[in-house]
Amino acid sequence: MIESNSAFWRWQEYQRVMPNMSWSDKDIVTVGVDVGSVGSKAVVLVNGKIYSWGITRTGSNSPESAAKALDWALKGTGLKQSDIKYVVGTGYGRVNVSFADKALTEIACHAKGANYIWGSGVHTVLDVGGQDIKAIRCDDTGRVTSFLMNDKCAAGTGRGMEVFADLLKIPIEDIGEMSLNVVEEPPAVSCTCVAFAKTEAVGLLRKGWSKEKVLAAYTKAMAVRMSNLIKRVGLEPAFVVTGGQSKNVGIVSRVEVALGVKCLAMPNWREGGLDPMIAGALGAGLFAKALYEKSRGI
Amino acid sequence: MISFYGYTDGSGSYFIVVDSDKCDGCGRCVVQCVNGVLQVAPVFIDLEDKSVVVVRDDCCNKIGYLCAQCRPEENQAPCFLSCSVGAIKCVFDAC
Amino acid sequence: MITVGFDIGTQSIKVVIINDNMIMARVQTFVGFDPVQALQNAVQQVLKAANIVQTDVASFTATGSSVESTLYNAAVVSMMSAIAKAGTFYFPNARTIIDVGAEEARAVKCDDRGVMVDFVVNERCAAGAGAFVEAMARALEVKIEDMGLLSLKAERASSINATCVIFGESDVVSLIHKQEPKSEIARAVYDAMADRVSSMIYRIGVNPEVVLVGGGAKDVGFVASLKRKLGVDVLIAEFPEYAGALGAALIGLAKCKVSKN
Repeated sequence: MIESNSAFWRWQEYQRVMPNMSWSDKDIVTVGVDVGSVGSKAVVLVNGKIYSWGITRTGSNSPESAAKALDWALKGTGLKQSDIKYVVGTGYGRVNVSFADKALTEIACHAKGANYIWGSGVHTVLDVGGQDIKAIRCDDTGRVTSFLMNDKCAAGTGRGMEVFADLLKIPIEDIGEMSLNVVEEPPAVSCTCVAFAKTEAVGLLRKGWSKEKVLAAYTKAMAVRMSNLIKRVGLEPAFVVTGGQSKNVGIVSRVEVALGVKCLAMPNWREGGLDPMIAGALGAGLFAKALYEKSRGI
Repeated sequence: MISFYGYTDGSGSYFIVVDSDKCDGCGRCVVQCVNGVLQVAPVFIDLEDKSVVVVRDDCCNKIGYLCAQCRPEENQAPCFLSCSVGAIKCVFDAC
Repeated sequence: MITVGFDIGTQSIKVVIINDNMIMARVQTFVGFDPVQALQNAVQQVLKAANIVQTDVASFTATGSSVESTLYNAAVVSMMSAIAKAGTFYFPNARTIIDVGAEEARAVKCDDRGVMVDFVVNERCAAGAGAFVEAMARALEVKIEDMGLLSLKAERASSINATCVIFGESDVVSLIHKQEPKSEIARAVYDAMADRVSSMIYRIGVNPEVVLVGGGAKDVGFVASLKRKLGVDVLIAEFPEYAGALGAALIGLAKCKVSKN
């Protein structure tokens, strides 16, 4: 059951309740809320199993966005806030989740969530968001063993890709496909710095390079940057890519080439699968259950 | 857990790397740090909040500048030298 | 003896002509679409300004980040050695020579004979070069030539977190929306850039006298921030943006004198 809001943005606000699930007073109901810079996500778990989730846009007011995401997630479940045993907040706006019992970093939650979505075989997670890149390594239980977060430099981030989409006047959602539309893969641009790569690209266009070829050269440089970040924390298959740029096939396929490893496929959330966007909130909800049990000596 | 605090940009890579399994939170490196980059803070590991050294949030993106004076690329940084359990190191490669 | 030096950058070409240790003429021009043509035009202009012909020139020496061609049979020298030469030409006691241009920054350490002993360079991150100030000036809607004086009006600096040209633009826009004075934002921009340039210099040590050359030396806002950050006086050469070309010409001169003897 999918209820969606207007689709004026690149992704839809929506809510889902898993079929064939129910709850009673005896169950442990926990919630994870992930307040990101763009989207706020809330996941409801019953005894550590996903029951429902809601995804909304983060407005200018983070506390409201967190509450709204939870309202969405609770819709149609019959659950009230008072039925929830423990709430963990995460994400960049985690301090603004006023109803949370604890706030955790998104790194720990993301790995835990990926472990639930893709299974215990996932050991490396590359998360590429609008303004940062995270490389996370974890064990079979989703426990983080090594991580880094790069949010100092725009190279490779969604924002960096937008700069190129603007420069080449191509819709952002098309740049991945277009970058693969070349006869032969050109060498990567020499500068990963987005500001300098932009100057370099203008020069290449003047030389007569097609937009596709320029895009390929830039995307390749960004993919090399990402794969170097992964190598730093250590690559161990299986490997998944999450975040907005996971939809950019030009990036994902080049990261695969640079690493020599294929990444696991995305679950098809439109047809009953779990949406990778909820990974952080899901991990937070799983930690909420563990922390609740610990506090009760269970 | 091995945490890489810092960044890679066009000019190079600059990371302070903390192994929270080795770190006992003694804080000697914090005292030695001339720029106030480090602090001992709770980090969530195995459902516990363990007190270990971390790089302050507002310093992560400035490691390359804040730490340059300590010559971390030559393993001369006081934080690295002060740690008796080998829990902190600097990984700096300017290109 | 007359020698010519040229500095071919990513955006502009500078040419200097000297007669022994006297500067006869200098010319700056944009690279544009045809760097070879741009260089030839600049050399013709500088010869005309000095009132000499090409055959009067004993040697041509080239430097710069985009130097490719070997026009005029020019010997190529590194920007590092060129700025070291020019810096110690102006200030014989210079030990640290810093060059900040639009797209790169570098620093050279010299010993007491003016010989380069170490150097450091950033030409791969725009946040550590003049391009950062240019981009932030655009976001502030302030002319780049007005940024420096504007920043000097501020008693304090706003807080800019972004350390990337791309992220910095949105940071500046949000500061404007918060109605922070533009002068304080401008000062924050220079402070941020001075932070990055000085961190680069720390790697070779800050040894007085410190000399600043390149386009950055003409920006009063940047110079003020760099002085504050380094805590030492920063000497500014005359026509600092020509330092690379001048250094090349001086190196050419020295070589000619050696081979003549």
